Amino acid sequence: MTDGTTPAIELRDLRKSFGSNEVLKGIDLAVAPKQVVCVIGASGSGKSTLLRCVNRLEEPTGGQVLIDGIDITHPDCDLDLVRRHIGMVFQQFNLFPHLKALDNVTLAQREVLGRSKQEAEEVGQEMLDRVGLAEKAGSYPSQLSGGQQQRVAIARALAMNPEMMLFDEATSALDPELVGDVLDVMRTLASEGMTMLVVTHEMGFARRVSDHVVFMDQGVICEQGPPDQVLGNPQTPRLQQFLEQVLEH
Amino acid sequence: MTDPTVERLGEGEETLPELYRSGRAKQRRSRNSRIAAYTLGALIVAAVVVTADWERIGDKYFNGQIARDMFPDVITIAAKNTVVYTVFSFTGGVVLGLSMALLRLSSIRVYRSFAATYIDIFRGLPALLTIILVGFMTPIALGIHFPTLFGVPTGGIVALSLVAGAYLAETIRSGIEAVPKGQVEAARSLGMTHAKTLRKVVIPQAFRIIIPPLTNELVLLLKDTSLLAILGVTITQKELTKFAQSESSRTFNGTPLVVAGAIYLIITIPLTRLVSQLEKRNKAMR
Repeated sequence: MTDGTTPAIELRDLRKSFGSNEVLKGIDLAVAPKQVVCVIGASGSGKSTLLRCVNRLEEPTGGQVLIDGIDITHPDCDLDLVRRHIGMVFQQFNLFPHLKALDNVTLAQREVLGRSKQEAEEVGQEMLDRVGLAEKAGSYPSQLSGGQQQRVAIARALAMNPEMMLFDEATSALDPELVGDVLDVMRTLASEGMTMLVVTHEMGFARRVSDHVVFMDQGVICEQGPPDQVLGNPQTPRLQQFLEQVLEH
Repeated sequence: MTDPTVERLGEGEETLPELYRSGRAKQRRSRNSRIAAYTLGALIVAAVVVTADWERIGDKYFNGQIARDMFPDVITIAAKNTVVYTVFSFTGGVVLGLSMALLRLSSIRVYRSFAATYIDIFRGLPALLTIILVGFMTPIALGIHFPTLFGVPTGGIVALSLVAGAYLAETIRSGIEAVPKGQVEAARSLGMTHAKTLRKVVIPQAFRIIIPPLTNELVLLLKDTSLLAILGVTITQKELTKFAQSESSRTFNGTPLVVAGAIYLIITIPLTRLVSQLEKRNKAMR
């Protein structure tokens, strides 16, 4: 951000209300290319809504979202084109249950990028290999563990060659022993230079992997900075209280 | 009746307080009422068996000669036509139903009200009236001649498709609405358009969800093809019920109707069994 390059993701005074309930109250945030930003905060603080506004799965009620400097909140913006470049991973995986793992990974490649079946399957197999599930290509999602499903979901997003990835509490729905495999994949991605915006409860991941940590509370960014500073030396009472609650157990 | 746990809770047991001893009396009461019901049932059956004129019933409903005379036409013409009517009406109904379900879920108000009106009308009208209106009156009133398809007139197929489509539209809509929102979000986040998301992600899952009610509709439709008996058709165009009715009238005998009934059951019972099989497989996959 300091070297003058265009941010990969930039939010300007982003606002979102559900009826009279204002969930985001003016968020300004920039994610530089190849940067990993973690968003932490209590549930209900608006962090998932923020993430979902980035690819406009949630329609912002005010402010701007810029992807590589392009205003995607412009009314004429073709969202389908924008979303090709933004991979997203959901808390509930959202794999397509009627398709095998490989077909989950090839569907959008063929339908959106127009790749041939053969090319899509080559890429798909490569991506499954990348998340350590090459041998599960023929399995249906219901035959996979939660951790495996989430890794297939990551492979599905990666197969589109996204410029950036959004993670919406990707490990929150997993049994504790399965969290590690998914975090490993995310850590590898980060080390390979993927731009990542990560909503998470995993403080260890935020501390070790991210370049920048954002603490949200009641729809505003309460505190942000390098992980050691934000997590090691919290300035606001709210963050101090939040970290105590999270780290206590 | 000789449940060992009941025996152990006898008078001498110290472990069960007096208050709880009423359990035994309850079991005895329920056993007594069951015995009474069985006895009543047995008496009714016995009365019917003794008083019925079995020779006459056998001759009028289970007459082997008349049953044999129905073959092979009852299969090669009647049952075949019933199946043809059912398959084409169901196909037409699914296409129409899917279109109407999508219109009903459209964001455009005019589309929604059009679909809602269609569904209201054809679910609200008696199927028989629709069949007479479309299959019988339309050719006369408007001079439209329905072509034949696999040897049957398409007027009845159009009418049944309209009726089935109205019911199927609601079934399919409920299936589409039952697909989790996260599925659409995942597809859209990959850059898939609204239309492609529907075609590749939502509709395939919706149909899996509604296989049981869909098969149920198929069975209902198969039975409703008997309403086409009202349309005057040539000998080779008769479906099962019309065929059996003609044979019964000709012979003054109920046997053709019994045979037709048996053929309906031979088709419908395996179909409903198949539903539960599919349901089980479906559950395993989701």
